[in-house]
Amino acid sequence: MEVCGGHTHSIYRHGLRDVLPENLELVHGPGCPVCVLPTGRVDDGLSIASHDDVILTCFGDMMRVPGTKGTPLELKARGADIRMVYSPLDALRLAEQNPTKRVVFYAIGFETTAPSTALTILRAQALGITNFSVFCNHVTIVPAMRAILDSPDMRIDGFVGPGHVSTVTGCRPFEFVVRDYGRPVVVSGFEPLDIMEGILMILRQLHAGEAKVENQYKRIVPWEGNPPALRAMAAVFELRPYFEWRGLGFISQSALALKPELAAFDAEAIFEIPGVRVTDPRGAQCGEVLKGVLKPQQCKLFGTECNPEHPIGALMVSSEGACAAYYRYALHAETVAT
Amino acid sequence: MMAAGPEALVTLSLSKRRRDERHSRSRFDKVSVPAAPPSASSGQALGKLRAGLRQAQRDKLSVETIKSVRKAPRFADTQIEMAHGAGGTASRRLVEGLIGPYFANPTLQAFADAASVMVNGTQIATTADGFVVKPLRFPGGSIGELAVNGTLNDLAVSAAKPLVLMATLILEAGLPASTLESEIEAMAIAARKSGVSIVGGDTKVVEHGKADGMYVTTFGIGIADGRANLDPASIRPGDRILLSGPIGAHGITILLARGELDIEADLISDTRPVWPFVEALLERVAPAIRWMRDPTRGGVATSLNELVRGSDYGVALFEESVPMHDAVRGACELLGLDPLHIANEGQFLAVIAPDRADEALAAVRGVPGGEGATFIGEVRAEPKRRVIGVNGFGGTRVIDMLVGDPLPRIC
Repeated sequence: MEVCGGHTHSIYRHGLRDVLPENLELVHGPGCPVCVLPTGRVDDGLSIASHDDVILTCFGDMMRVPGTKGTPLELKARGADIRMVYSPLDALRLAEQNPTKRVVFYAIGFETTAPSTALTILRAQALGITNFSVFCNHVTIVPAMRAILDSPDMRIDGFVGPGHVSTVTGCRPFEFVVRDYGRPVVVSGFEPLDIMEGILMILRQLHAGEAKVENQYKRIVPWEGNPPALRAMAAVFELRPYFEWRGLGFISQSALALKPELAAFDAEAIFEIPGVRVTDPRGAQCGEVLKGVLKPQQCKLFGTECNPEHPIGALMVSSEGACAAYYRYALHAETVAT
Repeated sequence: MMAAGPEALVTLSLSKRRRDERHSRSRFDKVSVPAAPPSASSGQALGKLRAGLRQAQRDKLSVETIKSVRKAPRFADTQIEMAHGAGGTASRRLVEGLIGPYFANPTLQAFADAASVMVNGTQIATTADGFVVKPLRFPGGSIGELAVNGTLNDLAVSAAKPLVLMATLILEAGLPASTLESEIEAMAIAARKSGVSIVGGDTKVVEHGKADGMYVTTFGIGIADGRANLDPASIRPGDRILLSGPIGAHGITILLARGELDIEADLISDTRPVWPFVEALLERVAPAIRWMRDPTRGGVATSLNELVRGSDYGVALFEESVPMHDAVRGACELLGLDPLHIANEGQFLAVIAPDRADEALAAVRGVPGGEGATFIGEVRAEPKRRVIGVNGFGGTRVIDMLVGDPLPRIC
């Protein structure tokens, strides 16, 4: 399993399946931030945008993720002030430029993006900006991997570890996979050769009957991670007791919230959030796909009701989502076969 | 490509039938295939076999359904969104699924860059284009210049020598007169450079706040050059795909010019008239030109997909031979965009018969500004109606049309 959505994207982008042996199956993991965000949290975020004085900002990936009342793009077309930013700092700048507005950053992502959210909050605090807040949906990768490993239908032999997350966390957090489950983890980069080498390193371990954590991405990933980034996260966030993941359900201690002393920057403390849990659309089997139990095209909605332009499940939304990637690949595989 | 008419209706009803069939089958599966009892091993094996068959059936059906859904665009969207103007699949659905059927006529339903009409024995090419770019001025160009070149280029890639233009200006109250004057001047200069007169038009003013300064619509007339016969159906396996120069400069320049990103790059828009290159091709290798298009919104990927949709063949694109500036490559990588989906305003694609291909490339390279022209791919018999990207180590991927709207308005 490649844990990270960036790997999934790269595997399809570079056609790596064409050059891998047929008896090697890549299962796409949970490391795509928008894919694991449950519909209820999408609705919660969009409810903030219904205030007239709010500018809701989010990453481009979020713009097409469907909530029950539509995607952020559709709400924007109906007049809500929702803007795409490439960094939380862009959102902070918007807050400075629009003092009469309340600017909310819809934060998503794993440990890769959490430090930049943390640093932005610290900067907002230092600058004394009072019209900026964060709707925090940051999650952590280790509990999700553990949930997959604990799943009764687990059938994964080894993990391509998440390269970007590991630049922050280092490789140590993955030692439990080896210790408790006896599966190899190789933290890998995102260039085609990185991924190929990562897979080769896993195969060598399996062949030798070994299981250990290895680092293919040494040029970027320090074994101990990035201490300043971890410190910023520690200063701003605390673990939530539990958090809902799409397809995986509630996982304890799997997500981050702002510390109580930073409530002035916490959109969940400032706005009334409905917090309603929304079940996945009937027929959508995102959970099974996310765990690697089903292939994307085995979902009942794949390619018909759910396609990249009208995604029903989030896996179809992001280019890092297994379904969106597979949608294109299915067409390709079929043309090669005929 | 006929969007309405009997053929399309057949496709539509077929696709509906396929869906119904699929649903009834999956319901049937649920009833007839009970879960295997975990203890009985023979029952387990049978269950597995059934599950396997069911999966195989589902795999096959899902691919069929994707194909049928893609063949017949139908406009069922509830409101207009930015994606409808982005030049990708949503734009196609709007034009071919809503506008095409109502205005139904063969000229429109060719869905070409320019409409070709016969007037007293002369083939006339006409085209109209609206410009809503923001900001109005950007490195390398401005809305006025774009409005002239964009329409002239639509004529040029239809192998029509531009003759006259008309322009409609929608102005927002409060627009500084100096801004307007500089755009009018830019239009005049661009028209003069191409030897075209702007012979008429219209001016309207809307309230402050109802437009981004100004919008421009231009309408162009050209005379079809009789030497070339362009038709996507005329392409053949082995034909070469020529690209006039590096891609993505316009789209990325506009994106950066908005100042919303903390990225700076030494990059200017590629906006320019492409007629001089097209003229050189027509003079040297006219009968060998099968098809041309300027890859504006939706980029090279969308143009090539439009090409293969109208033919019985596919296209192999050699990803490493697609030229682009390092700044474009870097910005795309940072922002998660595919340069093949980024808009260009001064490039064109041409499909050339293989025996005259080298001559064609020399012709384009011989015109100042055409030095960057190169071949980026070829027409192949398989896979039909698909664009496949081939990378340096033999990996392949499907290159699809643009889905959604990756960028704000850029032209």
